Amino acid sequence: MDTTPTLVADDAAPLTHEQLRELYSLMAAVRQLDTAAVAWQRQGIIPGYAPELGQEAAQVGSGYAVDKSRDFVFPTYREMGVARAMGLDMVGYMSTHKATWHGGMYNPLESRFAPIQAVVAGSVLHAVGWAHGQTLSGKPAGELGAAMTYFGDGASSQGDVHEAMNFAAVMKAPVVFFIQNNGWAISVPTERQVAGGSVAARAAGYGIPAVQVDGNDVAAVFEATRNAFAHARSGNGPVVIEAMTYRRGPHSTADDPGRYRTLDEERTDAGEDPLERHRARLLADGTADEAFFAAAHQAAQDEEEAIRAGIEALGPRPGSEMFDLVFQETTPALESQAAAWREESEHV
Amino acid sequence: MSETITATSEAAPAAPTSPAASTAPVQHLSMQQALNRALDEILAASPKTVVFGEDCGQLGGVFRITDGLQAKHGEGRVFDTPLAESGILGMSVGLAMAGFHPIPEVQFDGFAYPAINQIVCQIARMNYRSRGTLPMRITLRVPSFGGIRAPEHHGESLEALFAHVPGLKVVSPSDPHDAYHLLKYAVSRPDPVIFMEPKSRYWQKGPVTFRPETPDAGTADAGEPPEAGLTGARVVREGRHVTLVAWGAMVARCLQVAELAAEDGIDVEVLDLRWLKPIDAPALVASAGKTRRAVVVHEAPLTSGLGAEVAQLITQGCFDTLKAPVERVTGFDVPYPSGDLEDEYLPNIDRILFGIQRVLEYRRG
Repeated sequence: MDTTPTLVADDAAPLTHEQLRELYSLMAAVRQLDTAAVAWQRQGIIPGYAPELGQEAAQVGSGYAVDKSRDFVFPTYREMGVARAMGLDMVGYMSTHKATWHGGMYNPLESRFAPIQAVVAGSVLHAVGWAHGQTLSGKPAGELGAAMTYFGDGASSQGDVHEAMNFAAVMKAPVVFFIQNNGWAISVPTERQVAGGSVAARAAGYGIPAVQVDGNDVAAVFEATRNAFAHARSGNGPVVIEAMTYRRGPHSTADDPGRYRTLDEERTDAGEDPLERHRARLLADGTADEAFFAAAHQAAQDEEEAIRAGIEALGPRPGSEMFDLVFQETTPALESQAAAWREESEHV
Repeated sequence: MSETITATSEAAPAAPTSPAASTAPVQHLSMQQALNRALDEILAASPKTVVFGEDCGQLGGVFRITDGLQAKHGEGRVFDTPLAESGILGMSVGLAMAGFHPIPEVQFDGFAYPAINQIVCQIARMNYRSRGTLPMRITLRVPSFGGIRAPEHHGESLEALFAHVPGLKVVSPSDPHDAYHLLKYAVSRPDPVIFMEPKSRYWQKGPVTFRPETPDAGTADAGEPPEAGLTGARVVREGRHVTLVAWGAMVARCLQVAELAAEDGIDVEVLDLRWLKPIDAPALVASAGKTRRAVVVHEAPLTSGLGAEVAQLITQGCFDTLKAPVERVTGFDVPYPSGDLEDEYLPNIDRILFGIQRVLEYRRG
């Protein structure tokens, strides 16, 4: 029995040459910034970072499909490429990794990018709630915004993901569940993490249409996401996209992949490099030339340097924020603790 | 009990449970009816409020707190969710981010445990994490505490757990009047509030005073809170010899104890804490400073319970005047027992009287 509904196809035009070039430029910028962030950690500029080497196509392709005028993205901690593709302030984004504040320095209501999450399945439910709010808003189908929630093969083991898919399907909430299956949940490979080997296959149990896409093909990811958004925004309920990719680097700058995989295995299992793949395509069909690629990489380098300067210029946050931002309406106990902190800090 | 206490024949002052002016209409309602009415008015006042949970819609909730609300306000405003508490609370976060004012319900206190991640890691922190741009204006209704001989996980006292979490506020009404007004007040505030309803008091009736002259605000949009007095503790019975501090269902029991103690000439003051976070420390200090003796009464287990926090606040504020260390009469450090043992577990009249006796007869050294 086939229990998977069909995705309502988007009738949008194929990607233009300019869009295809832009996707490359975005991936180049993400690769540059991601690589740099690891170096910044080694240099002591930031205390920690979760690299996304190899996931540029999955992130840029999906993030590029977001309509910031109406959609909302719910990330975990490894969606830097989505943030960049959506045009966020990357100094603000990186400030979380600089540990100036949890969750970002930007206003999520403006950026349409929810705070960065370490409890990886938690925000999947938030996406469902936000999306149900779209339904409750009374907007006609077609004008709805959609929520896109990111999580990985590891997070898919958590109960919140199952509750979220069930809620979204029951309520026909406009949610795109975007799974980046990068093969690893820190040290545990997908075959020991995901029963059945596929997160997308679970969607059938909830009656949600699902697609599995080559997560190293940025154009394919974009088109799958655009279709999913069209389906969700039209009032047809949620969609599951599983982008099959590979985490080429460590889980975080504190991780040592050598303890659970060899370099040979990495080379064999990683598949095509998403940047090289897209570059070959652009060259093959004459969409771009070497001069374009050189310019794109120069722009990425310039951007990275500007972001690093911005990060280094960030001063420490005033300690009073620790107390001021707990509540909208503070409490006498907090006021008293803040006063004591101020008094005692004067002697430090 | 103690010879140091002078017997008094004065009647205990009437409990100021009806604070509004004499012209205000008064109705006798059960707490269930008062809460139902408050939710009805909240839904009518603000189109952004939504009430949901397991069985909240057509059934009207297992305690009928949401009875009739779906029929009146529609399935978009009052709705059933799948049976998944983390889902209910996680969804509340997203709805709050989208500008709604969620009023979710977990069916019984023990079912808040499966949602603790969403309550602690998400609801309590989102305002902080987002630097104040994503306030979590969520009122989580939790039918709380024991006393109804329900099965396991249907009689938990989670107040210390909730109160310990930075970013949450916690309140528990003890009678229908407060249930009505505190719920409306909680929903009107911009921070997440855990609203702990003493389920053993749902069916007890009491006077509820309304304020027709100022439309009783269901939301902050309607202006100032209806009663400034809702923000703190309240003295429900004035007394001179000892202060009983309680909340939820234990307030009524302490009032019973006060009546009995009065027969022995002990003039007991009963303080209904109401807000378990933030705690009204000045009210504790004022009352215990006056009576110079205090007993905290709660259903939750003793160790690391909220009674310890109350005792510390009283000790800090009244150390010089206290005649005895603050006593605690509480549940025990055991899982909430089955119905047959409930009466042995919950603070009963005798145990509270013994607590009073301990502070009255305390001798230094």
